[in-house]
Amino acid sequence: MQRRVWREVVAVAALVSLVAACGSKTSSSNASGAVTTAGGSAAGQPGLSGDTIKVGDLHSLSGTMAISEVTVKNAELMAIDEINAQGGVLGKKITPVVEDGNSDWPTFAEKAQKLISVDKVAVVFGGWTSASRKAMLPVFESNKSLLFYPVQYEGLEASPYIYYMGATTNQQIVPALDYLKAQGKKKLFLVGSDYVFPRTANKEIKAYAKANGIDIAGEEYTPLGGTEYGTIINKIQAANPDAVFNTLNGDSNVAFFKQLRSAGVSPQKLPVMSVSVAEQEVRGIGPDNVTGDYTAWNYYQTTPGSTNDTFVKAYKAKYGADKVVDDPMEAGYAGVYLWAAAVKKAGTTNVDAVKTALAGLTFDAPEGLVTVDGDNHHLLKTARIGQIQADGSITEVFKSDGPITPDPFLKSYPWAAGLG
Amino acid sequence: MHIALAQLVTGLSIGAVLLLIALGLTFTFGQMNVINMAHGEFIMAGAYTAYMLQGPIGRQSLLVALPVAFVVAGTIGLVLERLLIRRFYGRPLDTLLVTWGVSLILQQLARDLFGAPNVQVRSPSWLDGGTKVAGIDFAYSRLFIMLLCAVAACAIWAYLTKLPQGRRMRAVMQNRELAACSGIRTTAVDQRTFFIGSGLAGIAGVGITLLGSVGPTLGSKYIVYAFLVVVVGGLGQLRGAVLAALALGVIDAYAEQWTHASTATVVVFVAVVAFLQVRPQGLFVLRTRALR
Repeated sequence: MQRRVWREVVAVAALVSLVAACGSKTSSSNASGAVTTAGGSAAGQPGLSGDTIKVGDLHSLSGTMAISEVTVKNAELMAIDEINAQGGVLGKKITPVVEDGNSDWPTFAEKAQKLISVDKVAVVFGGWTSASRKAMLPVFESNKSLLFYPVQYEGLEASPYIYYMGATTNQQIVPALDYLKAQGKKKLFLVGSDYVFPRTANKEIKAYAKANGIDIAGEEYTPLGGTEYGTIINKIQAANPDAVFNTLNGDSNVAFFKQLRSAGVSPQKLPVMSVSVAEQEVRGIGPDNVTGDYTAWNYYQTTPGSTNDTFVKAYKAKYGADKVVDDPMEAGYAGVYLWAAAVKKAGTTNVDAVKTALAGLTFDAPEGLVTVDGDNHHLLKTARIGQIQADGSITEVFKSDGPITPDPFLKSYPWAAGLG
Repeated sequence: MHIALAQLVTGLSIGAVLLLIALGLTFTFGQMNVINMAHGEFIMAGAYTAYMLQGPIGRQSLLVALPVAFVVAGTIGLVLERLLIRRFYGRPLDTLLVTWGVSLILQQLARDLFGAPNVQVRSPSWLDGGTKVAGIDFAYSRLFIMLLCAVAACAIWAYLTKLPQGRRMRAVMQNRELAACSGIRTTAVDQRTFFIGSGLAGIAGVGITLLGSVGPTLGSKYIVYAFLVVVVGGLGQLRGAVLAALALGVIDAYAEQWTHASTATVVVFVAVVAFLQVRPQGLFVLRTRALR
């Protein structure tokens, strides 16, 4: 009899820990019931209290995404400090309210709601994974509140209340594919984390490949935070592709590249093109594990220009000389400045007035001049492909001719018909 | 054919990781019937020990970390046993809840001590890369884990069968009252068992740093698999745990080859549930005359 009791106890134990371990993976971008509206924030001036303007900052400061997101938060807070040092906006200081999304999508929705209705912030800067953005989207739309999202993503979205500071598909993934094609890569293997960004991105990549005579040798996903890549690496070696297109996110990249190198696969033999590995992640992976591999972004720490020199110098002065900056940090930084410029132009934090002011607004960002597209809320950005160096820096090997107009729904690409 | 063979190697190396994390649990859960949800956090403590030692010692710190992690995790386990768990012997559901709470506390403690972002442990350079035998890649880090696992399993086997302390442990496990009547100090044996079981989790933690990054929630990723191995192998059965871990690893590898990573996890769980329907007592059963 005793044994049966044990069995039940074990079942409970397994269940409890399974819920705890997998809780973050189960929710697929739901609204999480956050539909209460914060009393007419669109009409009034949200965030204003006394001589301060409150803004929200919502990133994963813990969990598997913290490797990437903590530094974006740092860059955004630096931009706020810089603006305050220059006198703030509308004669008021910007006060950030920092929240932790904990690499967990329902938590992002919950904290976004809290920032809007409890802290009554004027705007929120935050998110990284598309799953977190999709979870927050209904919260911002129902509250008619603004979100500045700092990371490249899979496209096929244009919310009236979200401003996309990172690249959309035609500013990153399509140029990366063009580059691989120009290099004569005819057979690609797709590896990604199992959530909305890699799955959608790979759908687009497959459509591109079909139209361009590129063969897709395989398509594999692992759970976010996964560390077991032995099987996938065996599959890659059996398929013998010309290049790997990597959409893994967070510190799964560490495990993947470590194990790829242990298996004796060199970047010379099989280059990997990553879209979520920047200077920050390279440090975590260890530069010797990724030297020679490619990444696609709009900005690198090495991007030339005096604005960038100032940005890099300021960041190192604030957070330490050994720190590095990367694309999403730069985008987060630019986002704060663009919002502040729009508030100055509008003379109010009123959401509708700020939105009107944002259309066509330009900012001399570290990556170069960026312009807000008033229709789809994305930025005109220059696409860049870089190669990772032994010291962990990334050297630009390709750059688009000037900023590319954002096309989140890929309307100007015939092969993308039917993806939306 | 080639990939099938390569997958067997991958499966065995996954199995070695599973066995390494489950070894400690065969002691505390299998032999003492304590459902210790904080076992995963002992793994984490071992991993962070390796991380802390690489500062002063450098890249070769992994070898030093193994014994240190054993003592660190073992001590945490011993403290936990003295403070809490011994008050809950014979009350499995209460132990479950208490240790679950402890695991949350330890996770938060790690977050406060080491910071929320995950950290990396740089492995010694002689563990980088791998070798090719008959067209199959053997990564040195994987071979090291397999070796570590084999050494740990052999050491436990020798301890349980050859040393008087080990025999006493088995005596207490088989019949606590009779062992106590024979003059064995059962509380001392309990403490020793818990120390060794927790210490083994610490060693597993050091091994795991070779695979990926170290974070406060590292343990919760592995705890379910550790319990699976012990339950499938049969409570307190070393050879059962070895067979179960390798079998689960190989099933996982082949399931992933034929399907995908997420599906493979489901396949493993379904296989375990189906197996327990047929053999609820696990692969091996402890035969004892004690009244249960």
